[in-house]
Order: sequence, then structure tokens, then C-alpha cells
Amino acid sequence: MSPAQSAEHPETAQPPKRSSREVLDASDISRALTRIAHEILERNRGADPVVLLGIPSRGVPLAQRVSARIQAVEGQSVPTGSLDVTMYRDDIGLKPPRGLEHTDIPADGIDGKVVVLVDDVLFSGRTIRAALDALGDIGRPRAVQLAVLVDRGHRELPIRADYVGKNLPTSLVERVTVHLTEFDGEDAVLIADRAADKAADKAADKAPTGVKA
Amino acid sequence: MKHLLSAADLNRDEAQLILDTAEEMRSLADRPIKKLPALRGRTVVNLFFEDSTRTRISFEAAAKRLSADVINFSAKGSSLSKGESLKDTALTLQAMGADGVVCRHGSSGAPHLLAKSGWMTGSVVNAGDGTHEHPTQALLDAFTMRRHLGSLEGRRITIVGDVLHSRVARSNVLLLSTLGAEVTVVAPPTLVPVDMTRWPCVTSYDFDAVLPKSDAVMMLRVQRERMNDAFFPSAREYTRRYGLDRNRMAQLPDEAIVLHPGPMNRGMEISAEVADSTRSVIVEQVTNGVAIRMAVLYLLLSGSNETEEHTA
Repeated sequence: MSPAQSAEHPETAQPPKRSSREVLDASDISRALTRIAHEILERNRGADPVVLLGIPSRGVPLAQRVSARIQAVEGQSVPTGSLDVTMYRDDIGLKPPRGLEHTDIPADGIDGKVVVLVDDVLFSGRTIRAALDALGDIGRPRAVQLAVLVDRGHRELPIRADYVGKNLPTSLVERVTVHLTEFDGEDAVLIADRAADKAADKAADKAPTGVKA
Repeated sequence: MKHLLSAADLNRDEAQLILDTAEEMRSLADRPIKKLPALRGRTVVNLFFEDSTRTRISFEAAAKRLSADVINFSAKGSSLSKGESLKDTALTLQAMGADGVVCRHGSSGAPHLLAKSGWMTGSVVNAGDGTHEHPTQALLDAFTMRRHLGSLEGRRITIVGDVLHSRVARSNVLLLSTLGAEVTVVAPPTLVPVDMTRWPCVTSYDFDAVLPKSDAVMMLRVQRERMNDAFFPSAREYTRRYGLDRNRMAQLPDEAIVLHPGPMNRGMEISAEVADSTRSVIVEQVTNGVAIRMAVLYLLLSGSNETEEHTA
């Protein structure tokens, strides 16, 4: 659910006054993904060992875009899939039950491969911890790396990204929203003041969304 | 959703959510480690007042694959055979801290009583109550059909046999019509319940006329143990008019599938040839049953209780 939709939530009948500003536009995102694709190839000396796994929902199209760029550079396709971490989250017993997203592990599996996890925003690191647990139940990769479009800081766990589209220093009261054409009709990274956006908060928290605040 | 007592409780979105979740759960069967951590620390009690093999094992496998602790509780060999009441059993379960209770009972409405009486706070899943309902069976049937036929919208599904004693039939008619399917029930007049006109389906007494217009045929077990009257003259006559054999199967459209909730009376409502044919998805139904029950237990038990009540 995008923030625009959640504004239609009954509790937020009054559309909140938005004071969001765009920090990355479509071409910035495109350039960042191209650079990440090159960095992945450079670090792993080619595409051979690499498996890309996007974390739903917005990590999945990002993984596919990186995959397409690697293919364009190397002329070789990399196995690309998705990894749902819902059941591995540490807050699963604290929130209402959530539907599952699709997990799609490439046919050759991940054993002995270099798995590159792809997500939109790196924040507390808890999603990535859940993803590492999920990977452990699926196989034993040779190494796991992490690519994110935005790193907004405020880690709560000892986790870091290997490939970062944009380091975005934020304060905890701000919200970072990633829009992708596949879900929102446009490519953009927005940053908003939480105070102005507070009403939409509750609804957005429930949704499996690109809003990481 | 707090409880799953009847297929009628599910609206279309909820039913689709369960089926979609089951689709993800089913992919687990292909993994080396068939275990998910979603219900770690939760306790699921299988409370079976009536005999059952596949349903109990299926719920047990589902709960274990989600890392829940499972306690099996069957009427035989428990205090129930000493005459303990349902209420006292419920209070015992509450005192033990059961988060979910999977209940099968010979009396229609027993799971409903367990859920609504306030004797216990856990979620209740109806695993078959008397001749009333068996919602997870209907869900796994719908799931199996969806995997073979795609969307059930406008699909023609025929349910044949002992509708009067079948909780599977009632749950299926309710769920399949919620999902947009056109359901036809075929049965001898003596095995049609009196309130049938209120069911969202068409009734027919002529199996052969319905066959060519069916995308899926579900054969029901003739429940001899519940029959204390003569509902039909002889088993042979029942088989001749309402049994699915090779000749009848040939009348079905090419893509049509055959289901049976089990246990089968081979040679009675379904011939061995049909049961073992490529059209039959009966073994697959059992596999899908675990996935559906995982989905139901996950959606009922994984979240916090407090917030669940707000959203229920």
C-alpha cells in the first residue's frame, strides 16, 4: 500500500499535510542500480557465482533491474528470485498476522553460491537478520552480500550493506519512502517529516510497504 | 480472523488470502528443511472426540512444520471416556495455555460452543463437527481445484453422494460459491438435507446429465456409520446410479478432475479404476491439506492476540 492509498484509510479521513521532498529521482535511481551491478561483478569477479534475491515487496523489482544490468554488461544471466522473510521476523508475535509474499528460489538453489540480497531501504537491519535466518533454512551459500538502494542509518543490529545506492543521513522522526514504477507508477525516493505524516503512520505500519520509518 | 468455525465465516478476500498463503506454504515441501519458525512457542492442541487419521495427522504435521508445540488429545484413553464435560475439558486446555485448539466432535456445533462460550481464550479451528461443517477440507479442495483449473470464477463443480451426512459437502458448497464457482449437488432424494433450497447451489438427481458440464467432480463417501435407516435399496443400486466408474469418467470434459475427501469406499461411490486414474487428484488433496492447515494456523495464531481483536 502506498502512502497515497493509506491516506484513504478511515482514520485519516483528513489527508495529512505532506512535506516530503525528493532525494533521488528516476535517473538517480537508474544510475545507482547500474553502479551497484558493476560493483557486484567487480567484487565477485564476474557473474558466475552470483544469485540475486530481492526481499518483497520493493526489493524484488530492484533485484530484477540489477539482474538486467548484469546481463547487459556480461552477456550472461544471473539467477534472480525473491525471498519472503515474514515468518522469520522478530516482531511476528507482536503485530497482527500478515499475509506472505512470494518466495522464489532459482532452480539451481543457493548452495555454494554468492547470494546478494537486494532491498530498498536499510534501516534497523532487522529485515536483513530475518533474511539471513530464512536463507539458512534454504541452503548454505558460500557468502551472503547485501545491496540496498538507500541506507538511512540507525542500525539496531551489527549489519552493514556491501553495495549502497545512496547513503541518506536521516533523523528518526523522518520517513523514507521508495516509489518504484512497478508499484507506484514512478521511480523516486522521498523523505518526509514524520510529524506532518503522523496520521498515515498507523495504516502504513500495517501494510507490507516501501515505507521504512 | 480469530477462529475458523465455518466456511461461511470467510469472505472472498479472506478465502483468497488463505489459498495464497497455502501456495507459499506448499513450496516448503520441496525444501531440504521443512520447517518455518512462525509459531515458535505457541501450543496447538488437537482435540479429537471422533476418530480421524488424515485430518489429525495433517493438522499435526502442519503445526509441527510451523514450529508449534503439538499436544494430541483423543477421546479414547482420556478423561472424556470417564464422562468429563466439554466445559471442563476446555477449562483444562485453558489452564494449560493452549493458543490454538483444533477440534473434531461428533456433535454439530461443538467447536462453536468452545469458541464462543468464553471457557477458553485460544483460537478454535473446526476440524469437522457432526454433519455440519469441515472448513479446512473445503479449503484444501478449493486449493487443489485452483491449482488445476486456475481461478474458480464461473467454474462448474459437481458434488456427488451422501450430502445429508456430509460436513464436507456443506463447507464446500459455501466456500466454492463464495469463490464464484457454480456448484451442482447430485444425490439420491433420500440423501438430500431438507434445508437444501437455502444452499447456494443447484440440486440434481441425474448424475449422467451433469457429467459433461463439470470442470471438477467431487465424490463423497457414503457414511454407513451415520446411517441408521435404509436410505437406498442396495449398495449396487447406489453404485449404478451415483457411482463414478470408467464409463462415467469418459463423459467428463478433457480437463476435468476427480476429487474425494477420503476415506474412499472403493467400488461403492468410486471405482478403483477411477481412483487410480490420472484424472484423480485424491493423493494430491492430502499433500495440499498440510499446506492449507499451515496457512490457517499461521493466519490465526502468528499475530498478537490484542491487535487481532481490533482487526477481527
